[in-house]
Amino acid sequence: METILAFVVGGLFAAGLYMMMRRSIVKLIIGLALLSHGVNLLIFTAANLTRANPPIVPDGAKQPLPPVADPLPQALILTAIVISFAVLSFALVLLHRVYQAVGTDDIDRLKPVDE
Amino acid sequence: MALLILPIIIPFATAILSLLFRRSAAAQRAISLLGATALLGAAIALLNVVWSDGIQATQMGDWPAPFGITLVADAFSAIMVTLAALTLLATVVYSLADIDVRREAFGYYPLLNVMVMGICGAFLTGDIFNLYVWFEVLLIASFVLMALDGDQAQMKGAIKYVVINLIASTLFLVAAGLLYGLAGTLNMADLAVKLRDVARPDLVATVAMLFLIVFGIKAAVFPLFFWLPDSYPTPPAAISAIFAGLLTKVGVYALIRVFTLIFVQDVAYTHTLILVIAGLTMVAGVLGALAQTEFRRVLSFLIVSQVGYAVMGLGLYTSGALAASVFYIIEDVVALQCLFLVSGVVYRLNRSENISVMGGIYRTYPGIALLFLIPALSLAGFPPLSGFFGKLALLQSGLAVEQYAIVATALVVAALTLFCIGRVWSDAFLKPSPAPGSAGVLVRSAALSSSRAQMIGMLIPVVVLVALVIGIGLLAEPVFGLATRAAEQLWSPSDYIQVVLGEAL
Repeated sequence: METILAFVVGGLFAAGLYMMMRRSIVKLIIGLALLSHGVNLLIFTAANLTRANPPIVPDGAKQPLPPVADPLPQALILTAIVISFAVLSFALVLLHRVYQAVGTDDIDRLKPVDE
Repeated sequence: MALLILPIIIPFATAILSLLFRRSAAAQRAISLLGATALLGAAIALLNVVWSDGIQATQMGDWPAPFGITLVADAFSAIMVTLAALTLLATVVYSLADIDVRREAFGYYPLLNVMVMGICGAFLTGDIFNLYVWFEVLLIASFVLMALDGDQAQMKGAIKYVVINLIASTLFLVAAGLLYGLAGTLNMADLAVKLRDVARPDLVATVAMLFLIVFGIKAAVFPLFFWLPDSYPTPPAAISAIFAGLLTKVGVYALIRVFTLIFVQDVAYTHTLILVIAGLTMVAGVLGALAQTEFRRVLSFLIVSQVGYAVMGLGLYTSGALAASVFYIIEDVVALQCLFLVSGVVYRLNRSENISVMGGIYRTYPGIALLFLIPALSLAGFPPLSGFFGKLALLQSGLAVEQYAIVATALVVAALTLFCIGRVWSDAFLKPSPAPGSAGVLVRSAALSSSRAQMIGMLIPVVVLVALVIGIGLLAEPVFGLATRAAEQLWSPSDYIQVVLGEAL
């Protein structure tokens, strides 16, 4: 399972980086989205994939049934998803404003001093 | 310990209150001024407690240490929080006169406070993932500040700033995830304990390099500084001043924190690398500054060069060198913010950023020229001013561990900085004002009416900051005592670990 996920993560990173190296800002943002998905899967994989019981105490018991799965990676990923959602939506709005101000989505035409 | 949470709560409450009064600019200004003053009070109280009672920690939600999120204030954190509060107050006072009505209506003051909340959170947290979250908080606020009501140049700067920071955040998340996979914890103190005898030191070194890249991008070190001179000069002076003073220092703070507490397994490799990077950063920054003709772009490259000095103490990695770095950061935040605030005043006088078409300020406003000269000379390390003592301490600790190459580099860069400042001084201030309408005059926004009252409002924080630059120089001994205390706590992190983990150890 780890091997498969490692390839998936690698694929997402490769696709994301490829998109980011194009000249269009739209593709750059798509690349960032792919990259953040890749990272989320990476955290999931790096934090030891196991088949185990959920970390919830059953009725009448004092502690959950061992072996217990680690809930923290999911919490981290959830936080990361929320943050990347907010950041990506901001990036889209910014892209729109940049397009309005500059009139292009070609990165090569965003040089700082071209007056 | 309620004092620890106050530097986060106060800006947050200020932001919410100003949002509630978003139709009234006057109310927003009053609330922000009050909030910034309260934050400075809380920060000084925190610094005082940390000074007298040692490191403070508190567990959020009462979850014991390695499981919950810990807020920790050692002397270094408390100093940084105080600097953040000071910078916010100066920026708010300056903004009262400088920031236009449209930006105020679009939520300038709430954004400023949210950003400072993120900065204070980053300084106080004791958890790597929480650090990531605070970075995101301060970043998204700074993104909006950077792009707010921008013209074409500002938008071009903003998109670069946003993209490079998003890439850094993604890498930060990768590093945090891998670190959790390695150690099974993200609490910094717990990590320091667990990584002492980890099975795979090579993997730890890999993660350490990822953190170096991430915080290196935030701190704008060589070769990851290229985004800074493109984006920092574009927003109004008040915004670029708080960015210049504080944001790169958040990166430097994070570098110093993780490379003194967590990643000290292979100092010979990691810290030597940091030292080399510090030297290259100084050189690249000052050479860039020499090549520029726009006032704030020169200053932006000088920020990069200064970051090199701030990181140099970490690279030397002795207790004395860390103290020098902390002292340098204190001085640097004040001087850089001051210079950027002055650049806003100068822009209003000249209506131009291009130093070749500026001039005559010394003749007409010798006071304002002096307000530029003092922090600029401090930046170059001119003797009676505060920058001199920071550089002197760095050079001494460099000589103590016989790193002559970096000492020579630092000296040469200081001389070049002086040369660079001399060039700006003679071009922008000393030479007679060019004839109006001469070729090459670059006017970005035509109608910047500035009344006398506005000018005085903008100059008040500048004068206070210049007084601080001189004051830190005159009172170098007690300030250095504070920096030394911070460095001692960084140098032997057992106290930090003990305070955070308590009985769990």
